Amino acid sequence: MIRYNTLIVLLGVGLLGAAAGPVGAFTVLRRRALVGDALAHATLPGLCVAFLLAGERDLGWLLLGAFVSGLLGVGVLALLARFSRMKEDAAVGVVLSVFFGTGIVLSRFIQNNTSQGSKAGLDSFLLGKTAGILLADVVMLAALAAGCLLAVSLLYKEFKLVSFDREFAATQGWPTAALDFLSLALVAAVVVAGLPTVGVVLVAALLIVPGASARFWTDRLGLMLLLSSAIGLTTGVVGAALSATFARLPAGPMIVLVGASIFLLSALAAPRRGLIARWLEARRPLQEPAE
Amino acid sequence: MNKIELLAWMIGLGAMAGVACALVGCYLVLRRLSLLGDAISHAVLPGLVLAFLLTGRLNGWPMLLGAMVMGLLTSLLTSAVHRATGVGEDAGMGVVFTSLFALGVVMLTGVRADIDPGCVLYGLMEMAADDRVPLFGVEVPRSAFTLLPVLLLVVAVLALAWKEIKLVSFDPELAAALGLPAVLVHQGMLALVAGVTVSSFEAVGSILVVAMLIVPPVTAQMLTDKLGRMYLLAALVAVLSAVGGVLLAVWWNTSAPGMMTVVAGFQLALAWVFAPRAGLLAQASRSWALAVRIAAEDVLARQYRAEQGTPAEPLPSGVVGWMARRELRSRGELAGDALTEVGRARAASLVRAHRLWEAYLHDELGLPADHLHDPAEAMEHFLDEAMQTRLSEALAGPKQDPHGRPIPDQGR
Repeated sequence: MIRYNTLIVLLGVGLLGAAAGPVGAFTVLRRRALVGDALAHATLPGLCVAFLLAGERDLGWLLLGAFVSGLLGVGVLALLARFSRMKEDAAVGVVLSVFFGTGIVLSRFIQNNTSQGSKAGLDSFLLGKTAGILLADVVMLAALAAGCLLAVSLLYKEFKLVSFDREFAATQGWPTAALDFLSLALVAAVVVAGLPTVGVVLVAALLIVPGASARFWTDRLGLMLLLSSAIGLTTGVVGAALSATFARLPAGPMIVLVGASIFLLSALAAPRRGLIARWLEARRPLQEPAE
Repeated sequence: MNKIELLAWMIGLGAMAGVACALVGCYLVLRRLSLLGDAISHAVLPGLVLAFLLTGRLNGWPMLLGAMVMGLLTSLLTSAVHRATGVGEDAGMGVVFTSLFALGVVMLTGVRADIDPGCVLYGLMEMAADDRVPLFGVEVPRSAFTLLPVLLLVVAVLALAWKEIKLVSFDPELAAALGLPAVLVHQGMLALVAGVTVSSFEAVGSILVVAMLIVPPVTAQMLTDKLGRMYLLAALVAVLSAVGGVLLAVWWNTSAPGMMTVVAGFQLALAWVFAPRAGLLAQASRSWALAVRIAAEDVLARQYRAEQGTPAEPLPSGVVGWMARRELRSRGELAGDALTEVGRARAASLVRAHRLWEAYLHDELGLPADHLHDPAEAMEHFLDEAMQTRLSEALAGPKQDPHGRPIPDQGR
């Protein structure tokens, strides 16, 4: 028998997955999948600073801090790529590792030097957990995820245009810079909403895996977004349920493994793009040219 | 246990791991594969846990071997996913390494409930420095017995295959065309990355490995254009990170690998701002110098025209001072013969360049007369005397520009 509390958590994580799918699908299409990873790692210092300032473990403040420092990380990334001789991949790696290292320094400092820094506090954000999350927090995370989902559906046309032909969108007078920033803010919001349950290290997978899996099944953007949302939902619910059933297993890795299984299944079985379909296609003898 | 000794060993372990990572990281950064290092260092985790299951130990050569296989597997899987499916290379990599890392964490929690998965991220440097075995009467940390051989291996490979690695770093196609085993060199370097990653794992954790693979090479790249110097500088940055990071971490009672990362990032920030040629300050001063030169030349040309009878606007005082210091113009008002001899020659050359370019645009490209001034105003600053001569010859030595104004003669 599933307890009521667990059910609420499952719904919350499911909604998170449903929002992360389409938001992440755009980053997959624009070949910026790993920017989400850098952003996720860059949230840790903000989380710790908010913890130091707010004192108590108030989730709202912690996530606000994480949101700000995640966006700061992406800002530094843009500056490095624009104003130094560094290539973009190196800039992503630099932001990811230095921000995360700073976060580790801060969190160790809090745990070793302050009284309120209990072991369970900040460390649970690294790999996530579903147990012991307050009901009110789940409602807040779910609302955040629902907001992201709503924003993507309202701005569907704009995002589509910017994703496929940014120059054309600019010449047509669309505010491409503002749209770029908005899509990054959405990524940041999803990442932040995923921190308590999936954790800093693996939350990027929630953004990448559903979109990459959905890509196998269709060439149409609208359908791909719907599919990625459904895959994200399934991933979140099943992963969180597994982690709740086997209490020792951390939630984040379980959710990611469920996602990886769906990806593997898609890569093998999808029609036309799947590996099996391609293998059959390659084996079929060439047709005789018509007379 | 002696505190100074512990501190020294922590610095020693951090420096060994850091230098090994920085050296192989140079190759990754040059090949634009920085994130493959990140991916490999996450993906070796299941290999580590598997080797632990088989041998019951958390270090040693079987573990190293298992991890090298996992590392190569990651790079192969990433490119296989990319090629087979058409998903972007970054997304393929993201899927592969997060999945493998998740698998590793789950295996780890299943095997040893007492190990905190967080340790994989930030390592156990204090414990690694404390866990020692005697060697010739000196107590040496157990981790040093894997870190030091791996570091020596990296240095040996770099020394022996320097020419091949150098060529493959910059132009793998050319290397292959010249008959060098480019693919073998590449896979060998990736195996080395995996080996370095794993040997550093226990002591410093995966986060420091990623940082040391990328940050020191990038810092070195900002400071030099020579490959040999880049490797040396990267190693130096790693050593400085180890010294500064460990000392600050002990001072503030926090994570030593994390602090090493922060110190490395700080050095990168310094290099970004102050690097002699690629730094922000150097770039800014170059474009400032160019802006001042163009402003001054515009003033010179304006004054030259004024002397020939066209009315002229007053001059900005800052530029007048700049020109006076270079003896191009005397200080004071714009009346009379304010230009010096040197200044008049430079001005004549500028106006000559301007009017020759106008003539060229008009005669050769057929631009109408009212479209000539703006491009010539920009181009006059970049046409030296040799170019002016060639333009003049191409146009058969014109005496007037398309507006009917005289083109000054070649400078005296």
